[in-house]
Amino acid sequence: MAHVEGQQHPIGIYLKIWGLLFVLSAASYMVDYFHFQGYLRWFLIIVFMLLKAGLIVAVFMHMMWERLALMYAITIPTVLLMVLVGIGALEADYTFFTRGVFFVKELL
Amino acid sequence: MTQANPTNTAQALPLQDGVQGIVADWSSDQRAFKNVPWGKAMMWIFLLSDTFIFSSFLISYMTVRMSTTVPWPNPSEVFALHLFGKDIPLILIAIMTFVLISSSGTMAMAVKFGYEKNKKMTFILLLITAALGATFVGMQAFEWTKLISEGVRPWGNPMGAAQFGSAFFMITGFHGTHVSIGVIFLIIVAVKVYRGDLDHERPGFLTGRKGNYEIVETMGLYWHFVDLVWVFIFALFYLW
Repeated sequence: MAHVEGQQHPIGIYLKIWGLLFVLSAASYMVDYFHFQGYLRWFLIIVFMLLKAGLIVAVFMHMMWERLALMYAITIPTVLLMVLVGIGALEADYTFFTRGVFFVKELL
Repeated sequence: MTQANPTNTAQALPLQDGVQGIVADWSSDQRAFKNVPWGKAMMWIFLLSDTFIFSSFLISYMTVRMSTTVPWPNPSEVFALHLFGKDIPLILIAIMTFVLISSSGTMAMAVKFGYEKNKKMTFILLLITAALGATFVGMQAFEWTKLISEGVRPWGNPMGAAQFGSAFFMITGFHGTHVSIGVIFLIIVAVKVYRGDLDHERPGFLTGRKGNYEIVETMGLYWHFVDLVWVFIFALFYLW
């Protein structure tokens, strides 16, 4: 059994990332507070969400210091979930369309 | 290829980097995840499976929200609190977000002090993390109480699309359960640190393996994952 080394990093990097996460959370709250709408709102929400998720996984969960074998084993299946998102969106569009065709009288 | 066959096999072979490293790690006829304790690799694989569970919830939420012909309740108004004489949108959710992020920060530092074998700081930081987690669950209980008293049910609500309630209770309920389990897990690890089980390598209750400060990092992975899921719930359910 090889000698296992723990992940040791200076405390400053955790504090900096912590601060950055606070700023990003405040920014995404501001998106709602100032009532941004439409594509700008979606874009900002998604960007802040992905930045926060990336920082947590990379630094707090030490993924950026792991070997590529582990990094890819965890991240690639996660990215593949986008296929499921696509299937869900297609199906939802179709359901919305059929509801419009068959039930729209009740709504009017 | 300039790779020579290694002849001195008395020591472990040096680990390679890059894409060649991936191939070498996976084809080594040994454990694929080098340099990580088994518990950490297993925790990562568990978290991957949990990612799929939460993704299923969030994707089905997306599907029902896109396909309903009834207007979706505006989360900004539903989760507003009446404070200081005016309605502040989403304020409770924002505070919950900051509480959970803070707990992630203290957890990361607990892991750092754990590897330095600083028993006292690790114990204190683990307890702070658990307290922040318990605060989060408390605020979530308050939020549920408020919504239930306003008539939100899994099968309908007075504000709009009926699917709002089922998606809300399912997603936040599952996340709150994860946080609650995490708080219990944190207290168990904190007690182990305090008693010196990890310093003296006492065997654990379940596995019988020697105590080790690596379990603090494994615990930390779970806790950061709970925070990570909240990032997605906050963006996709509350802000969308």
